Amino acid sequence: MRIRRSKRSSRAPVMQRSGMTMLDLADEATAGLFARPGRMILTVLGTVIGIAALVATLGLAKTTGNRIIGRFDELAATEIFVTAKTGTDGVTPESLPWDSPERLQRLEGVVAAGNLTNVDTDGGLISTSPISDPTSQTEFELPVQAGSPGIYAATRATLATGRFPDGGNSERGDRVAVLGSGAALKLGITSVAQMPALRIGDDVYLIVGILESVGRQQDLLGSVIIPEGTARSTYGITTPDLVIIETRIGAASLIARQTPLALRPDNPAALTIASPSEPQRVKDAVVNDLNTLFLLLGGVSLLVGAIGIANVTLVSVMERTREIGLRRAIGATRGHIAAQFLLESTAMGFVGGVVGASVGTLAVVVVSVTQGWTPVLDPATPLLAPIGGAIIGLLSGTYPAVRAARMEPVIALRSGS
Amino acid sequence: MPEPSGNGSLLALDKVSRVFDTDPPVLALVDADLTIQPGDWVAIEGPSGSGKSTLLNVLGCLDRHTSGTYRFEGVDVTALSDRERAGLRSRRIGFVFQSFHLMGHRSVVENVMLAEVYRRQSRRGRRERAMTALERVGLTNRAEFMPTRLSGGEQQRVAIARALLGSPSLLLSDEPTGNLDSKTSEKILDLFADLHEQGFTIVMITHESHVAQRADRRIHIRDGRLEEAR
Repeated sequence: MRIRRSKRSSRAPVMQRSGMTMLDLADEATAGLFARPGRMILTVLGTVIGIAALVATLGLAKTTGNRIIGRFDELAATEIFVTAKTGTDGVTPESLPWDSPERLQRLEGVVAAGNLTNVDTDGGLISTSPISDPTSQTEFELPVQAGSPGIYAATRATLATGRFPDGGNSERGDRVAVLGSGAALKLGITSVAQMPALRIGDDVYLIVGILESVGRQQDLLGSVIIPEGTARSTYGITTPDLVIIETRIGAASLIARQTPLALRPDNPAALTIASPSEPQRVKDAVVNDLNTLFLLLGGVSLLVGAIGIANVTLVSVMERTREIGLRRAIGATRGHIAAQFLLESTAMGFVGGVVGASVGTLAVVVVSVTQGWTPVLDPATPLLAPIGGAIIGLLSGTYPAVRAARMEPVIALRSGS
Repeated sequence: MPEPSGNGSLLALDKVSRVFDTDPPVLALVDADLTIQPGDWVAIEGPSGSGKSTLLNVLGCLDRHTSGTYRFEGVDVTALSDRERAGLRSRRIGFVFQSFHLMGHRSVVENVMLAEVYRRQSRRGRRERAMTALERVGLTNRAEFMPTRLSGGEQQRVAIARALLGSPSLLLSDEPTGNLDSKTSEKILDLFADLHEQGFTIVMITHESHVAQRADRRIHIRDGRLEEAR
């Protein structure tokens, strides 16, 4: 700017044009704003609320989205359930092969796999005592399930006490059983140190372990689990009901595609594969609906904020008629007047954006802390917010600035005293 | 310097008219001829509605005239762009208004400094230049006061200091004593007389004859027509 000025003066112009340095413009706009600080703060408030709502919404959406994915990473994103389609053409009762876990273990990305089958005990009740005690219930109707050795790893089962049955137990058809924590509580068994036994109908089983928890397939906790080989020889089960696969993170969809061919190369369509993507998408949709609502609210408050700025700037233009007149007299062009009012409204929007971004970020952190979430915020959001605020200020200041620029200095100078 | 026409006059109006496009059209200024030499002290007198304000606005380049030629320091103002006319106002003309037009939220010296804002001028020395201008009106001791704490006469002197900043060629004042009591008015007119002594060209518009009396030349305006009293 100074270069231009020196050029002009060396040329001895007809008449030096009026002009304003950026510094002077910034100074005049600041002075204009701070002439009425209270009003400026109230004006900025609308933008603050709008920007804060937007930033908080975007931040909370990110935060909750991250939370859901975090939970699913642990379990749902790594699990696959395989069942046979029943009643479709060409499906034999032996739809799932017994060696499914072995076949699946050969696939890259499978961590564990196991079969699970409901055992029909022919009405046989479960009890731990051979004596019928009339004063208390000693026989219970508990579900009995047959599990292949891999089922414990595949369901992420943990033991409260004892051990899991191994492949040998299954091959030999040993009469051993694992109790779920709920089943153990019902039967009154807390330890396997005394080698307790239970009866299923008339058969006696040695209790080798008690489950503490499972990551998936929660009904195992209320069941008696016996080795698969034992169930086949004793109860004549014909096919596994369910194959549970635990995959490595990220491998689920690949394994889900490979599983039908690995298990039923003759008829892949006979199997139903449940893989993790679907429940997650449902959650996402819920979050999206909420987001839309809050974004809409943020947008509406921003609009109100913008109208506020426009309104106050317009009032300010009317009030500062005399000032506008004076500025025109001492050399301001219409452009200079417009620039000053635009800068004032833009600055208000910018400040609103900065404060709003801070408030919104704070809200995300506070909500996250109270909910025990990890606050997640796209760094672009708080950085773009002031720019957004400035644009809103600029747009809402346009009409008042035009009004100010159009004002005739003659009238402006004579108005009031 | 551009070639001066009109015998080195500061400003020269040649058959300048200003017609407002209302219905019916208002002839606010009709064929005005006026030449003002550097160093002149001219009073323009007339009742309200006589065209005084229109003349002021034309002279001050705040309004464009409809026909005729207006030369300021030999330059045809009609041919200038808006920005050049604004530059002329900023650098060549110092305005003094009836109601002072000071910014209430700024100190006296800051009000004076405002005069340089539209000259695209470095801020270096701006405060010192403003203090020098305040010295000319005898208000250096009030420099940091807010205008609201000053008397009317003092406020008008601040406005004059603002007009003097940068030594304009013309001091154009609109009813400079209109808001002041007679004693204060005299003091302001004394200040004008001082400035006139120092060689400033002063044009003041007034409807009070005792104010006009102080000037060297008195020009009457009535129904948009000028008439010089000899």
